[in-house]
Amino acid sequence: MKAVVTVIGHDQVGIVAKVSQKLAELKVNITDISQTLMHGDFTMMLMGEWDDSAVNFETVKEGLESLGKETGLDIHIQRQELFDAIQKL
Amino acid sequence: METKQILDTIQMISEEKLDIRTITMGISLFDCIDSDGDKARQKIYDKLTTSAKDLVKVADQIESEYGIPIVNKRISVTPISMIAAACHDDNYVAYAKTMEKAAEVLGVDLIGGFSALVQKGYQTGDKKLIASIPQALSETKRVCGSVNVGSTRAGINMDAVKQMGRVVKDLAAIDPVSCMSLVVFANAVEDNPFMAGAFHGVGEADKVINVGISGPGVVKRALEKVKGESIDIVSETIKKTAFKVTRMGQFVGNVAAKALNVPFGIVDLSLAPTPSQGDSVAEILEEIGLQSVGAPGTTAALALLNDAVKKGGVMACEHVGGLSGAFIPVSEDSGMIKAVEHGNLNLEKLEAMTAVCSVGLDMIAVPGDTPAETISGMIADEAAIGVINNKTTAVRVIPATGKKVGEQIDFGGIFGYAPVMPVNTNSPAQFVNRGGRIPAPIHSFKN
Repeated sequence: MKAVVTVIGHDQVGIVAKVSQKLAELKVNITDISQTLMHGDFTMMLMGEWDDSAVNFETVKEGLESLGKETGLDIHIQRQELFDAIQKL
Repeated sequence: METKQILDTIQMISEEKLDIRTITMGISLFDCIDSDGDKARQKIYDKLTTSAKDLVKVADQIESEYGIPIVNKRISVTPISMIAAACHDDNYVAYAKTMEKAAEVLGVDLIGGFSALVQKGYQTGDKKLIASIPQALSETKRVCGSVNVGSTRAGINMDAVKQMGRVVKDLAAIDPVSCMSLVVFANAVEDNPFMAGAFHGVGEADKVINVGISGPGVVKRALEKVKGESIDIVSETIKKTAFKVTRMGQFVGNVAAKALNVPFGIVDLSLAPTPSQGDSVAEILEEIGLQSVGAPGTTAALALLNDAVKKGGVMACEHVGGLSGAFIPVSEDSGMIKAVEHGNLNLEKLEAMTAVCSVGLDMIAVPGDTPAETISGMIADEAAIGVINNKTTAVRVIPATGKKVGEQIDFGGIFGYAPVMPVNTNSPAQFVNRGGRIPAPIHSFKN
């Protein structure tokens, strides 16, 4: 399973560490990562890949959402095919 | 990683309210026909609850995994007038209740197909179905009905036009809010996923998934970036945006159809507004340059919008169908409501607008004392626009029983509220009461 994780929120120490640690716990491999400051907000996008027969989508989603609540960040995960379908011919 | 495209997509969904308005499963009921009404209804209930048992689950899963809101899950069925005709029941209210019960158990929002097609004449089932409409729609919450009274090939059945004015009034007398579940069509389409007019056409497969998209907010936001540019740029911008919106519909439809093991039918390209701010077709027209929707130029701007949406959408999906255009319901569009409340938009202008967009006089509240013949006159006018221009038109008016111009009627949720609009008080009664059929237009003879 491939999915895009977006993290948006106030810049703070350790965002990348916290998100990547959570993903490691969930057995999600990060295949690409990018970050920027947009309108003063920290914005990070990363592409994750994992074996969904071992860890299902819901588990990863819930894990990231609970991290989002703890850290006050807006964390979303969406399956990658959506972006290709909308943006590519 | 295409970060700009990812952010662009996320912004379309979270800020510009891009969503899938509906995933509608069309289900044929021809194999449920029985001369015993009870048996027929049991077969209908069983077929609906098995065919669509995973519809809501699959839609919720798509919503969760892809992050796309799917506002409604719906079912459309073969027009009940055809299915019930073989039974000896005097009225078909029990069929509506069966549909309601199945929809409730399945958790779907609406179920359409309490319908009859009488553009050229009535059959036994049609008569009973139409007579059952007021009771059937007022005693159910999720059931939607429609009656097709005209087509370009058949002309306009003026007996049906006359009767439907009466039926709308009778329904309003019981419960005006129920009138939002009833549409009177000309040139009704068989694969429309939108309510209240959805039914599963006789030429369709046994089961099919159709998708209706939304996304006026996305179009408006895109147009905000081309302020002052020529109309050519406006048209191009709408096309490009419609393309992206439709791609999402195509994608979601494919995923849903595969998961449900049902063929994927069509994407309906309509821009369906909701009452929330920023999700309005009226605001798009105002962004194109009108001080308010209803100003001179509104029809032209709407024609441009409607055409550009189709051109952009057609290439984005395998099969386009349904109504496909811009919807201009009053109650479901905050910009339309505002224009009516400020006296900037009247019924006559709305009628003109329906000549160039999909559907017709939609979700319009009229005074409670509007005579049935006047409503028939409105239906006849809309049907004429559809029949002559070879397009679908519809009337979904709500006589707000006990209310006058300036008051309002509330439908709740995505259906919004409608200010009661003034109607021309000159009577069309003699015209309507003539009955008969307006012949098919000369350009219908294409063979």
